Amino acid sequence: MPRYFTEEHEWIDVDGDVATVGITDFAQGQLGDIVFVEVPDTGAVVTKGGDAAVVESVKAASDVYAPVDGTVTEGNAALADDPSLVNSDPEGEGWFFRMTLSDAGQLDGLMDAAAYKAFVSAL
Amino acid sequence: MTGVNDTEIAEELPPEELVLGDWHRARGARMVPFAGYLMPIQYEGIMAEHLWTRAQAGLFDVSHMGQLIVSGEGAATALEALVPGDVSALAEGRMRYSLLLADDGGILDDLMITRTPTGYFLVVNGAVKWDDIAHLREHLPDHITLNHLDDRALLALQGPQAVSALGRIVPGIAALTFMTSDMFLWGEEPLWISRSGYTGEDGFEISVAAEAAERLAEALCAMDEVRPIGLGARDSLRLEAGLPLYGHDMDPTTDPVEASAAFAVSKARRTGGGFPGAERILMALSDGPARKLVGLTVEGKLPVREGAVLFAGSTEVGRVTSGGFGPSIGAPIAMGYVAAPHIAIGTRLEAEVRGKRVPVTVAAMPFVPHRYVRQKG
Repeated sequence: MPRYFTEEHEWIDVDGDVATVGITDFAQGQLGDIVFVEVPDTGAVVTKGGDAAVVESVKAASDVYAPVDGTVTEGNAALADDPSLVNSDPEGEGWFFRMTLSDAGQLDGLMDAAAYKAFVSAL
Repeated sequence: MTGVNDTEIAEELPPEELVLGDWHRARGARMVPFAGYLMPIQYEGIMAEHLWTRAQAGLFDVSHMGQLIVSGEGAATALEALVPGDVSALAEGRMRYSLLLADDGGILDDLMITRTPTGYFLVVNGAVKWDDIAHLREHLPDHITLNHLDDRALLALQGPQAVSALGRIVPGIAALTFMTSDMFLWGEEPLWISRSGYTGEDGFEISVAAEAAERLAEALCAMDEVRPIGLGARDSLRLEAGLPLYGHDMDPTTDPVEASAAFAVSKARRTGGGFPGAERILMALSDGPARKLVGLTVEGKLPVREGAVLFAGSTEVGRVTSGGFGPSIGAPIAMGYVAAPHIAIGTRLEAEVRGKRVPVTVAAMPFVPHRYVRQKG
């Protein structure tokens, strides 16, 4: 299952035309202790680079963008009870939402794991 | 996503380096520009640092703050023309919270004034210290001397273990009580130490020569109960303690009564006036202010932050000036200005966050009880 990354520190796992989106370990480390996550409603239409979710750390609120166009099929309900999952397992249990893809071709513009690692180390 | 790179905060001038800058980095601090300096916002994490300070002792580098000495014949009277506090009544070693006021009674800064053997020691906010210095130079009489102690660092040791930790290397500090201060010797190094702080906990603020600051920070952090704490936890600690942050909860558009800082207008000065904006401030004291800074508890987990508009039904009644998650409370808390008809404790209001209404309730502050060690009797 290929995983892609954005320059805004989201990851997206693609399985056929359904994908799971979250924020990277680097992003959670930068944000610090996460106290609240607002995930999109099922059925919400999101666009590449547009606001999709909000993550609140102790110190600030940050927008999370959709990596590609699509429709949200599920928000991670577990984050309502335990937002710190984003800190403890950002690229696993701390996923934000699942979506269908409108245009799988948009994935070509994203980074793979190696490219993202290089991107982060250059920051 | 946004906000993952907090070094992007725009500043007009390149930030200056703290004397302890490299010491913070060596301890794993993430440095961000604040008040003209690169400052440690966190080391291991805001939540852990916050809770550590409430349970143990946290060391804060607040060397960005301005340390000033106002001295000369009649210094107390000269200061009283600029602040609403009873400076003349301060006994040696006593300190008082006060406000630097503009002619219209607006707050230019909040500060601590301590009477020392060599003059009045002022600690002012880092973000406005150059404005404060200019204001003081302009308004103090020529024969009053203003010294900026820019060769000194300022460290705060806060938390229930602060007294035992600091007492281990500076014997005698346990004799201080809240809002008193004195000179102590650490070996041969003179330290000006006050029992005060900005966390609601017992603790001390230590003015130390810049060249001795790293040695002192090392000596304190070598103890098991002391860890360095960043600005992030400093902000959440002071919010829980109900302490205002200048530039957010008070500024030149707010007067002391609105800012719930009427206690800083000393009794002795309420009849005589003679401080900037006295007419407006004394009127607000007798008639009540049109709006007031109040505490707000927040229903649910969504943090309500600075800028959120407050509503009573469909009527806009105020605005949040500080807000976030209170780690010791385990819930979001905030403070903000609310129109006078809605400031009673228990009043239910709503805050607007990203188009949603969040129920909030006007609450007494502090949110977490202060644990100051006050003089007995």
